[in-house]
Amino acid sequence: MTTTTAPVLTRRLLDGTGADGAAHVARYGMLPRLRLDDLLRAVTESGLTGRGGAGFPTAIKVRAVAGGFRRPIVVGNAMEGEPLSSKDAVLLSRNPHLVLDGLEILARAMRAKRAVLAVGPDFDAAPVLAAARGRRLEVAQLEGGFVAGQETALVNQLDGRPAVPRDPFTRVTESGVDGRPTLVLNAETLAQLALVARYGAEWFRSAGTPEDAGTSLFTISGSVARPGVVEADRGSTLRDVLAPTQPVRPAAVLVGGYHGAWVPVSGLDVRLTQRELTAYGASVGAGVLHVLGSGSCPLSFAAGVVEYLAGESARQCGPCLNGLPRMAADLRRLAAGTRDASLPAEVERMSALVRGRGACAHPDGTVRFVASTLDVFRAHVTAHLEGWCPMTARSAS
Amino acid sequence: MTARLHVDWTRCDGHGSCAELLPDVLAVDDFGFPVSRSGDRDPAVPRRSVDAARHAVRNCPLMALRLYDAAG
Repeated sequence: MTTTTAPVLTRRLLDGTGADGAAHVARYGMLPRLRLDDLLRAVTESGLTGRGGAGFPTAIKVRAVAGGFRRPIVVGNAMEGEPLSSKDAVLLSRNPHLVLDGLEILARAMRAKRAVLAVGPDFDAAPVLAAARGRRLEVAQLEGGFVAGQETALVNQLDGRPAVPRDPFTRVTESGVDGRPTLVLNAETLAQLALVARYGAEWFRSAGTPEDAGTSLFTISGSVARPGVVEADRGSTLRDVLAPTQPVRPAAVLVGGYHGAWVPVSGLDVRLTQRELTAYGASVGAGVLHVLGSGSCPLSFAAGVVEYLAGESARQCGPCLNGLPRMAADLRRLAAGTRDASLPAEVERMSALVRGRGACAHPDGTVRFVASTLDVFRAHVTAHLEGWCPMTARSAS
Repeated sequence: MTARLHVDWTRCDGHGSCAELLPDVLAVDDFGFPVSRSGDRDPAVPRRSVDAARHAVRNCPLMALRLYDAAG
């Protein structure tokens, strides 16, 4: 974890008081009690979007669930199944009360039947359990895996079913846990919401851009001297957010994790806003930034990622179950320097067969990563097909 | 209103009867799973094929298909 201070770094979330409840109240004030209307107005005006990956406007999600007749369920999602992400775990260890505040503010305003914070199996739940004492909410430590944090998989698991996604035809906002309207929000989103409820929309918007308001947590790994979690203004450039971790000979940055896309080193001055990242097919997602060093082969890296993702398929949907291993195998052959010029086209053909044909975001996320790899490292792919690797300057075969 | 066909991929095991009954909407992929000819996630079913689509929904052994009305 870094302590370096660069201009873009902010300290809204990570300067918590740990599990000490009295210190938390001293720092942030008492838990605000907001009526649903007032909370919805503040969240709408804040422009807060989900920090778990999809980046959906939080107010729209809350409104969808709050409109129902049955009392809803509110779920905080700290499953964090992405291996390159640790921001939710860091947030919960440093500032558990702020996350729980967000959950409780929503649960009270929405008159929720239950409020549950879901954490993964490897998470040290002790500080959160201590912080949850005396609050009307539950902490559930659940089975993990890459897709276990997908909204429908989480609902399944909370209902006592296996931790696999379900068909999204009926949205969990209509029928989720126990058949009730269910609101699932990422842990960081809850902490951000707790700040909006206390300090208001205008304060929240004093960081970020009009379209990408506030701050975000970023987990930075790979070819950097000081990997860790930083919080930064959402209008920051990729270069400035990475700076405190001291990148070492960066060639490209994977933005958004294993379901994300690459920004080559020539694009480090891109701002981490939705609008600017679109040019790379990327989005901030859950704030995962992985730096590929100039001595590493991107195709070997990508083959490893897709092999992992193929193994993490919930094995329910045919196109994902069958297609991902084929994509992984062809990428591995490309990485190994197999002189088969049909490989890139075959990976693309298989990608087209997988895309849009599954119950969860896993196949589409994998396809996004693969498409970006073949696009950003096009020259590299050509070199591999000629039998050599420009990054390692070695024969690829 | 347009009739659209939704596949529950968690149920579908590539039995293939839907693609046989709805050749203008569905083809079969490398693995035997139905693939939308239009490329849409939930392909539109032309009016002339709606009866065939209902038939396909009833005949799916895994009850993985659903026909619904959507705007546009």
